[in-house]
Amino acid sequence: MDQLIASFMIQSIVDGDKAAATALAQDALIRGLDPRDVIENGFIPGIRKVGGLWESGEYFLPELIAGAEAMKAAMAVLRPLLEASSAARLSLGKVVIGTIEGDIHDIGKNLVAAMLSANGFEVIDLGADVKLDRFILTAEETGASIVCLSALLTTTMLGQRRFLELLRTRGLRHKYKVLVGGAPVTRKWADDIGADGYGENALAAVRAAKALAER
Amino acid sequence: MIPTLRPKLELLSPPLLEKILGEAFLILEREGLVFENEEARKIFLAAGMAVDDDTGRVRLTRKIVEDSLASTPSSVTLYDRSGESAFLVGGDEVHFDPGSGGIRVLDHRTRRERPPVTEDLVILGRLTDALPNLHFQSTSLVTSDVPQIIGDSYRVYLNLLFSAKPIVTGTFRVEGFGPMRDLLAAVRGGTDELRRKPLAIFDACPSPPLKWSRLTSQSLIDCARAGIPSELISMGMTGAASPATITGTLVQHVVENLAGLVLCQLARPGAPVIFGGSPSSFDMRKGTTPMGAVETMMIDLAYAQIGKALGLPTHAYMALSDAKTNDSQAGYETGIGAVLAALAGINVVSGPGMLDYESAISFEKLVIDDEICGMAYRLIEGIAQREDPIAEHLFRAFDPGLNFLTLPHTRKWYKLEHRLSTLPDRDNYDAWEAAGAKTLDERASDRIREILEKTPARLPAPGLVEDLGRIIGEDARHNGIATLPALEI
Repeated sequence: MDQLIASFMIQSIVDGDKAAATALAQDALIRGLDPRDVIENGFIPGIRKVGGLWESGEYFLPELIAGAEAMKAAMAVLRPLLEASSAARLSLGKVVIGTIEGDIHDIGKNLVAAMLSANGFEVIDLGADVKLDRFILTAEETGASIVCLSALLTTTMLGQRRFLELLRTRGLRHKYKVLVGGAPVTRKWADDIGADGYGENALAAVRAAKALAER
Repeated sequence: MIPTLRPKLELLSPPLLEKILGEAFLILEREGLVFENEEARKIFLAAGMAVDDDTGRVRLTRKIVEDSLASTPSSVTLYDRSGESAFLVGGDEVHFDPGSGGIRVLDHRTRRERPPVTEDLVILGRLTDALPNLHFQSTSLVTSDVPQIIGDSYRVYLNLLFSAKPIVTGTFRVEGFGPMRDLLAAVRGGTDELRRKPLAIFDACPSPPLKWSRLTSQSLIDCARAGIPSELISMGMTGAASPATITGTLVQHVVENLAGLVLCQLARPGAPVIFGGSPSSFDMRKGTTPMGAVETMMIDLAYAQIGKALGLPTHAYMALSDAKTNDSQAGYETGIGAVLAALAGINVVSGPGMLDYESAISFEKLVIDDEICGMAYRLIEGIAQREDPIAEHLFRAFDPGLNFLTLPHTRKWYKLEHRLSTLPDRDNYDAWEAAGAKTLDERASDRIREILEKTPARLPAPGLVEDLGRIIGEDARHNGIATLPALEI
């Protein structure tokens, strides 16, 4: 791909410029560029750069989220035109995410969802106050491999344990990797309830999800 | 005698305060906000407000907000368990109470956080009862050895047993209100008596931005009807759940709190309401809500100023820290917060004892913070003239060998003028070393042991202990809980 165009794409993600990212993706399709090439060489280096700027302390959450949102916008244009084989290669898998029933807090969950999506996962975000059953139904319907459960309250945190029990009772435990997170959640809690992973913040959650996806 | 000046801190200029209020009224009327509670929407509809049942959105006219403000009492008087000691929540009165809702306790033996159990709440109740500068107690810890379903009423039960001070609390479930009210009414001997002499404040938090949940709307309605004061706890997070600017977050704060206040007044005109909050500056790197950030305190001071301008009692979560242990950060964040809150004349200040945002309680910190609160109280007493003349008479026939230690004037005034603190280190170096070279945390730990050994729990009369036990027992059984942890009474 043309270096100049690629640099514009990278910049649109680094700037968190959703409109520019969308326009550049559309323009690439009009020019007949290969969507896979555009994603791999135009947009993915952009989101990697955003991650780097975050790690080095230059970027804060607003810039991180803006980058993730711009990435999501570009992917929304390009993904439908990917060949099935490329789509499978580029996707790290489907993730169902939501905040457990009884809990309406979703800032942390939104952050994780945005970062997962920016990093190549197909994210199905069920929002907040989600019944445990709905997580399972959605995962079954969409063929997701990872379920992420968020909870801010100690009361709803207990729902994470119940979810794992529910999976076991229904004989579905082997089908899904379960990630837990939220302010009261600790690694010890995640281990105690038998979750597959835990992230203390959005980037840690992405690392945990990637580790599970690569297994 | 010249009247004593009460030192007073205000951050908003009158035109800025008016502008914030103006925008809030505009949002209430034009955009409105969401009430997820059906009964609340019915109440608004019956009052002639525009209600959209599909979205839950309710729009409030300027008139209904102003009428509601007019019917809200400008102060609330709380009474302790005996019904004899009264605490005015209004004017520039300041009452500190422990921070509430902790899900972990900093174990004083291991110096690590762990889930709290019943015994921790018992100790906390006894300590709070004994510490003179904490006027109220709070349901500060969520016990892990009792099922969450009755966690709200169980805390109040323990509070009522182990301390006589008025309580700051709140519901976890719609059904929690009944048993909690019954426990409080049992102390007073009836719901009418409880209405006449409120014993507890119930916190209710809107969900930012611009939403009141089913649970918290119901708490407002139930409390208003029972004459229990509701504390409105709007909790914007700058740039995350509310606008990034301090003024922007204040606008949202006012919108959310006023909507809650209107619901209380429609549920029962004259219902006691406290204009409170727990907003925070949002940390854009960690994604956390630092309560010890100076911007958090600035938001607190400013909304309290607005609450006062509206003629309402006020509350804030101040005098607490984000530190994980009793280090310098714990001290400076708590100290600065306590002093600022006192200078602003915030009526209920929740925070002492709290670490790790609003999630952990340390008993040592509670003891240390009591000392901080004492300093804050002394500060706002201000500088009094005391005598006329002030000192001119002491210098008549001045003698260079004048020793003030021997003057009757000294013995008359020193105790009134100066706090006699024993917790901070005021030894010279050698004496400090000889006494074990203890840190503040260690001295606080000694104080805890001393209080628990020497100050017996102020238990209620045996008949009341029995009544309270019956009420919590019924609530437990109703929720399928066969036994509760045994208590030594």
